[in-house]
Formats: sequence, structure tokens, C-alpha cells
Amino acid sequence: MPEWLEWLTDMQYTKPVALVIFFVTFVGILIYVFTGKKRGKRLESYKDIPFLDDDQETKVSEKDSKDG
Amino acid sequence: MQQETYNYRVVRQFAVMTVVWGIVGMLVGVIIAAQLAFPTLTDGISWLSYGRLRPLHTNAVIFAFGGSALFATSYYVVQRTCQARLFGGPLVGFTFWGWQLIIVLAAVTLPLGITSGKEYAELEWPIDILIAVVWVCYAVVFFGTIVKRKVSHIYVANWFYGAFILTVALLHIVNSMVIPVTPTKAYSLYPGAIDAMVQWWYGHNAVGFFLTAGFLGMMYYFVPKQAGRPVYSYRLSVVHFWALISTYMWAGPHHLHYTALPDWAQSVGMLFSLILLAPSWGGMINGIMTLSGAWHKLRTDPILKFLIVSLSFYGMSTFEGPMMSIKTVNALSHYTDWTIGHVHSGALGWVAMVSVGAIYFLLPKLFGRPAMYSTRLVETHFWIATIGVVLYIASMWIAGVMQGLMWRAVNADGTLTYAFIESVERTYPYYYVRLLGGLLFLGGMFLMAFNMVKTMAGAQSADDAIHAPAAH
Repeated sequence: MPEWLEWLTDMQYTKPVALVIFFVTFVGILIYVFTGKKRGKRLESYKDIPFLDDDQETKVSEKDSKDG
Repeated sequence: MQQETYNYRVVRQFAVMTVVWGIVGMLVGVIIAAQLAFPTLTDGISWLSYGRLRPLHTNAVIFAFGGSALFATSYYVVQRTCQARLFGGPLVGFTFWGWQLIIVLAAVTLPLGITSGKEYAELEWPIDILIAVVWVCYAVVFFGTIVKRKVSHIYVANWFYGAFILTVALLHIVNSMVIPVTPTKAYSLYPGAIDAMVQWWYGHNAVGFFLTAGFLGMMYYFVPKQAGRPVYSYRLSVVHFWALISTYMWAGPHHLHYTALPDWAQSVGMLFSLILLAPSWGGMINGIMTLSGAWHKLRTDPILKFLIVSLSFYGMSTFEGPMMSIKTVNALSHYTDWTIGHVHSGALGWVAMVSVGAIYFLLPKLFGRPAMYSTRLVETHFWIATIGVVLYIASMWIAGVMQGLMWRAVNADGTLTYAFIESVERTYPYYYVRLLGGLLFLGGMFLMAFNMVKTMAGAQSADDAIHAPAAH
């Protein structure tokens, strides 16, 4: 086993390394999500997706549908 | 000219079976609750014994009732938010009939005593293989639909459904690795404590991904739709998703406190369970705050009541869970009825109520009706179910704390203050109250079935046409 892998698989090092990876990733996601006005606006605009086709509902009887 | 439509047929099938299996699963639950209150109730009938019916109850409510609700809603949500018909053609129907076959096989084998003995994974290996096949087809249909979507962004509800589908496949396949001996018997591939750890890695993530992530997907679509306003914060939903799925995976060892599992693994389980409180409450707050500025709707809309109260129970049980994972608290709560109370505040209060709300939302749309046959019956169902849950969990909390305290009580000379049977005797009143709570919840499901049949009566199955998508 390579030396670096031996070091990494030693539990006393694995645990802090895992902690650092988790923490940095989480902070990275927070920074990505909550910074940048334009990005924030874009992300928040996705909340309207469930309402996109609300006013277009047309009922088609099952036997008349193309793939029904 | 024929117009392309959403595939509502499979959604209708799963929605109806959600109600049917809900009644079956909860009826079995009421029977075993009655057996605990009246222990000689089914004496001498092996296939009606508690040990056979208990796994039937858990499998029926989790995989038949909860599973059908997840199939129905995920198929509806992925189509509507991608503005695309379900991918997969005949595979779609196969997932419905395959899943129903699995449920029927479970209903036959478990009362016969054919079981692997692994909690929430009792089905024997041939059925496990069938589950894996159906689940892979489900994944193909779901992700195939995502691939052919006409809306560029993948709505957050689909992230939760997607994580649920992928993770459950992983959990099921790894936990079901066995060496078959006969067609109805196999032995786990894993030895001793490793087997226990794999089992509870599976078991807790069945809670985390089957009973949480999937239903959060439901919440992120049906709460905004029923409230008529978008989710409170989309950015919070993104953080909620990543935090929840990355944390849940590590919480399983809290089921094995004070066992042969290495102590550090138990501590990891406890710590991640405590961390879980943050994303869980983030999601709950995001859901409830969706109603911000429109709280008055709760007064008149019983479907919204189901959805919002389910989130309150979700918040309550995700506060209680981390507390119970603390080793010193667990020393009191484990093996007592407190655990049963905790499970049912999540299972009835959160999972069942959000499913019921979502199915009430869907049924009129799927059968071309403007609303359910009787809104008043939906309101009655809500109150019966809520009172039932409260009676159930409050009685089990009190019983559980009492049991834990009685079991650990010692006299000055070090002998036990109470014999075990004394704690059983003292628990009976709470078993009666629990039975009443379960009966009320089951009664609500019968009301729902009646309302559903009346809504469907004379209705023509109708599908919505797919229109050209707006921007996004």
C-alpha cells in the first residue's frame, strides 16, 4: 500500500480529513447558494416551476390521448 | 388531432392502491396493538401470531402504503415539473404490477413465517431479487423522464425523489447480500457485528431516504401547489437537500448503542444524528413558512391542514430522534415503547399525513373532478387522524419512560426494584389508549376510501395535455 494511503486509512487521520472535507464542502455550498445577487435571483426563480403550466390545463380523455 | 398527454394511468393506479394498502397495513397494526392489550386474542393460530404479523404490518405500511404513495407522487411530480410524459413505455406499467406482486408475496410469506429476520428487510432472497429488478426499472423511468425534460432546471422535489430512488437501490442490494440455501432460506454474507452494522446502515437510511427524502420531495411540490404560492426559499431547499443526504448516511449506528459495535462507531452515529437536527428543521421551516402571509388558508382547507400538520410532526420527530440518539438518553429509551411512540410520530404524523394530503390533492385531478366528493369528510378525516396520532404517541411516550425508569430502578442492596412482569402490568392502560389511537387513525382511512370511491364514481379517467413549456 502506498505510504499516503496507509496514512489516510489510519483512523486517527481519516477522521479529521473526513471532517475537513465535509466542512469545506458544506461551506462551499453555502457560499455558492447565498452569495451573488444574480445567482440568488436565478435560484429563487426556480421555485415557480410547479406553477408554470397551471393556466394551460386541458383535460384529454384517456382513450383520446396519443399514448393513452 | 391527438395530443400528447401526461401518463396519469399509473399515477391513478398507485394513488388508489395507496389508500387500499394504507387500510390493510394499518388494520394489521391495529390487530397487533390489540394483541398487546389482549395477549390471548389469537392464541393457537400461528399465522396470526404477533411475531408473524408485526413484520407484515411494517412492510405493508412502509413499502405498500408509503411505497405506492411515493410511486404515485413521484411519477406525477416528475412529469409536471419536467413537462414531459413518463419515459419507458411498458416499463412504467411493469413497475406498478411488479410492486403489487411484491406486496402480495410479502403478504403470503410473512404470515407463513418465511423471513430473513432482518428488520424492515424480512423478505427472502427471491423476493429481494424481484424488488431490485422493479426498483431499477423505476429508476430508469424516473431518470429517463428527467433526461427528456422540457424545463431546463430540475426542480428540487425531483432531487429528493432521485436521491431516494438511488439510495434505496444501494441500501437494498448491499443489505440483501446473502448465500441462498433453499428457495425460502438464505444466510447473510456478513458476519456478526458487521452484519448488525450493515443492517442498521440499511435500517436507518430506509427511514432517512424511503421515509424522509422521498416524502420531502412530496412536500416540496404539494405544499406550494395546495397553498397556491411558491416554496418559501429555494436556496434554503438546496442547502436542505445536500445537508440532509450527506448527514443521514452516517446516523445508523445509533441503533446499536451499548452493543458489540466499536464505541467510536456508536459515537459517530450519535454525532451525525445530532447534526441531522439542523437540515431537518431547515426543511420543516421552509415548508411551513411557505404559508407565510396565507395562514388563513389553514382555516378552510383540510388538505393544507394535513400537509402543514405533517410538517409539524416531522419537526417534532426530527427533534426527538437526535435526542434519543444521545447515549445517555438512549440508555433510558432503548427497548421501551418510547421508541414505538417516536417511530409513529414520524410514520403516522409525518409520512401518513403528508401522503394523505398529497393523495387528496391528486385524486380529483386524476379523475377529472373539480374537488373531492366531500370536503367535510376530508376535514373529519383530518381531526380523527390528528387525535389518533396524539393518543398513540402520548401513550407510548409515557409508557416508554415508565418502563425505562422501572427497569433501571435498583434497591440499596443492588437488586432490581421491579420484576420485568411488573412493568408489563403497568403498561396495559397505555396499550388500551394506543389501540384507541390506532383505531381512530384507521377509521380516518376508511373515510378516505369512501370519499375516494365517491369521487371516482362515474368519473372518466382524464389526462392533462402537455403544453409547450414557459421559460426555465
